[in-house]
Amino acid sequence: MHALPPLVLAVPLLSAALLAALNAVLPRALTDAASVACALAVTAMCALLTLKTGGLTVYWFGGFHPRAGVAVGISFAVDSIGAGMATLSAFMVSAALVYSVRYFEEIGSLYGALMLVFLAAMVGFCLTGDLFNLFVFFELMSVAAYALTAYKIEEAGPLQGAINFAITNSVGSFAMLSGIALMYGRTGALNMAQVGAALSGHRVDGLVTVALLLIMGGLLVKAAIVPLHFWLADAHAVAPVPVCVLFSGVMVELALYGLARVYWTIFSGPMSAHAAGLRATLVVLGAATAIVGATMCLAQRHLKRLLAFSTISHTGTFLLGLGLLTPAGLAASARYVPEHALLKGALFMAAGILLHRFGTVDEHDLRGRGRERTGRRARRRRRTRGGHPNGRAHARDPGLRVAALVFAAGGLGLAALPPLGSFYGKATLEDALSHTVGYGWVAAIVVASSAMTAGAILRATGRIFVGWGPRLPRHLELLRVTSEVPETRRPHDRTPAVMFVPPLLLAGAGVFLGVFTHATDGIGAAAARLTDRAGYAAHVLSQALSRANGAPRAPHESVVALDYVLAATTVVGALAISALALMKRPAWLGLPRIERRATAAIVVLRRVHSGCVNDYVAWLVAGLAAIGGALALS
Amino acid sequence: MSFLPYGVAAWLFMIGLYGLASSENLIGMVICLAVLQSSTYVLLLAIGYRSHASAPIFADIPPGSRAVDPVVQALTLTDVVVEATVVALLLALAVQAHKRFGTLDPARLNPLRG
Amino acid sequence: MCVFAGGALPLASLLVWGLSGLPAFGDFHGAYALLVDRIVVAQRHATDAVTAVNFDYRALDTLGEEFILFTSVAGLAVLLREQRGERLRAITRGAGEHHFQGASYALRALTLVLVGPVLVLSAYIDAHGAITPGGGFQGGVVGAAALLLVFLGGSYLAMRRLSPHALVEAAEAAGAGGYALVGLGGMVFAAAYFQNFLGLGTPATLISAGTIPLSSLAVGLEVSGAFVLLWAEFLDQALVVRGR
Repeated sequence: MHALPPLVLAVPLLSAALLAALNAVLPRALTDAASVACALAVTAMCALLTLKTGGLTVYWFGGFHPRAGVAVGISFAVDSIGAGMATLSAFMVSAALVYSVRYFEEIGSLYGALMLVFLAAMVGFCLTGDLFNLFVFFELMSVAAYALTAYKIEEAGPLQGAINFAITNSVGSFAMLSGIALMYGRTGALNMAQVGAALSGHRVDGLVTVALLLIMGGLLVKAAIVPLHFWLADAHAVAPVPVCVLFSGVMVELALYGLARVYWTIFSGPMSAHAAGLRATLVVLGAATAIVGATMCLAQRHLKRLLAFSTISHTGTFLLGLGLLTPAGLAASARYVPEHALLKGALFMAAGILLHRFGTVDEHDLRGRGRERTGRRARRRRRTRGGHPNGRAHARDPGLRVAALVFAAGGLGLAALPPLGSFYGKATLEDALSHTVGYGWVAAIVVASSAMTAGAILRATGRIFVGWGPRLPRHLELLRVTSEVPETRRPHDRTPAVMFVPPLLLAGAGVFLGVFTHATDGIGAAAARLTDRAGYAAHVLSQALSRANGAPRAPHESVVALDYVLAATTVVGALAISALALMKRPAWLGLPRIERRATAAIVVLRRVHSGCVNDYVAWLVAGLAAIGGALALS
Repeated sequence: MSFLPYGVAAWLFMIGLYGLASSENLIGMVICLAVLQSSTYVLLLAIGYRSHASAPIFADIPPGSRAVDPVVQALTLTDVVVEATVVALLLALAVQAHKRFGTLDPARLNPLRG
Repeated sequence: MCVFAGGALPLASLLVWGLSGLPAFGDFHGAYALLVDRIVVAQRHATDAVTAVNFDYRALDTLGEEFILFTSVAGLAVLLREQRGERLRAITRGAGEHHFQGASYALRALTLVLVGPVLVLSAYIDAHGAITPGGGFQGGVVGAAALLLVFLGGSYLAMRRLSPHALVEAAEAAGAGGYALVGLGGMVFAAAYFQNFLGLGTPATLISAGTIPLSSLAVGLEVSGAFVLLWAEFLDQALVVRGR
């Protein structure tokens, strides 16, 4: 138990080195099995850590215990939320690795090595208690991500996506490093607890504000918050599906976790007087992200890009929870994140099944093809097709059914159909919002953005798996902006089992996780502990590993009738949006006029997402300046 | 004089950003990213400097004598390695982009337009 | 561009405002660094405080950094891998080599003479990391440069022959894994991961500072391997691979 924290880091790193060293020698089956086994082992170890960690487990590397409040070495400060995020990451990586076994036609063992290093970086990021160590693992995560994004270099799209991703995120990382340097300059320390202790009790001046801006800016770029979000859709559109599962499911959310950790251990002391301004800034950012993401999501026909914008919208929602700067808000986001991760991962895998079967992820091209025709007329048609490659009589493909099920479950789950899917996360978030003075109206934004993204997913479900929906009308051709890259591959006849079992598992877990965590109710207490800066500092810096006296009170979380109403509204809204898109519209609703105006707005928004990295950097600078200005004025 | 190193760091940061936003050549953008990172080196090393102190190598000076900060130097070392790796990856992407699109202009990289 | 201009000026002024809060240049009081300066020789018998911080006090950062290098080289191998439709230009001795030439006999003689001493220099810097400025990273880059000298002397073939791909890849991975294993050794033989578990020796001698020279050598091996692989990949792209 005491040895677990370094082992969860060392095991995947050593395995990755081994896989790379024996790159040319090992057969593919062995490397696949080895990577999956390693990832599962890490999952088990992290789960053990989560369960056994109690309050806060501190591990000092190199045996360097702090002297008189000065930390000499690097520490891992493991609490439940950190270990929980690590477990989620490891679990998603295992699922993605299993899925990759048949997804790629040919890969070397370097893919497995890259994924394991990515896993190690995520785990290290979650567990560390040192500011510069956080940066190092953040960079390791990023570099592995750049390499994995550009994996399919045979195609044109991945290059541009990877370049946009790499340049914008690197700028974010260097901003974060500058912020860390500023903090070091002020406090002379790199251990988070020590920095927090040194800062508390002093007022906030220019240096602390700018350091917060820079560190936050770097993390928000990775978390894809507007206007720093442009890279995510590009990267997701082109990265291989298992990699997208990880990006959307954990990497982006990990950046928000980092923000929470940095804020609560370091800045919450001095910033408590200015919390209102910071809260307003973060809530505005979160709301803008949720709306922009949801709007762009509706306008996509490329399935992976659609799901990517849905992720952007959801991270905006998570930021809303974090941005409230209360334990209740943090607990709500902590509840919401795993539910979203599992469902989104399953959705991406289902999109991958469609890609594998039909060679395309364009929603309109796939119209009706997800449906497998049964019955005598279909069988006769199959027999008479003769030489057509798909005409041979073949057994029904379970993969398509799984994909249909996952899409429907994902859409409804993300719309928070009570009590499944993300209902509890969303409900506690709306609760926290309404309990915070002046922010009750934000719940409406949460409902609207969830409805829009779920509506887009349900629309895709209807169009692909049932064949509803009109053929593309002429005036909507205008929406086909050249920034969409159709992904094409050689189609297959069947879906292998390793490709449809993981999404089924993930979707099932995502649907029922909320019920489970609501019943056990450890998350509230964990959130309260994370927000307790003094307790953290005392525990980390004291020589004796004594438990901080008096665990902080868990926030009051309840699910009231209003939450059920809001969830029902969301589901109805999602179904309505998808129905509007798919069905013939009655003329009396006056929709064409609204639609034309909405289309004009959407065209402008899409043109802003230009695909050109120069523009992205410009928006990054403007965004940082705006955030900084808001912070300075508060 | 005492603000000059920090001013240099800020200037490098901004000029690197300007280069990234306005460059029409991928290799140029990679160089601008390197300039951006140099600003972090300057900032870190300037923070750790102590006047009238020697390097933190105690082979020929007695231990405990006045020396500059070794921690920021170690951080800068890490930083240099990180930059080298990111630059390497970006250059590889640039090489592939040139091979595929025949251009290094990021605005022309959109595969459907080119 | 107007978006950038609108953001650049406020950002620049914010940066200046933040930086003005720093202590004056030369006036450094950080508790962490001062403590390390005081205890490094006594605690670890290492006279080079920077290397001690890198490989002992903050060894975990170096593990991460080393794996960043490892990952980027793996990523590079993935990115620049052979694609369908690409032909490789045949490199043969004699006639083919003239393509890469430009080197005079004087240059070739000079580089040949220098390769050996540069390799020795690299090993020296690696091994003396704990004593004088240097260490694994610096020595590793110098070692890789020795191989680059062979290429600069005009013989791409010789460079490739001296650094067979599989061997260099294995060496690089061995270096990365070796460093992680040193940390594991700390866990096995002492109390914590990366704890210095070997005898500390006398300061300022070659065998001192416990595991620091070991870590330094592992990192040196990894960095040399990584940079040789990097340069070989890029040179391949420039000289050998021909487009479709």
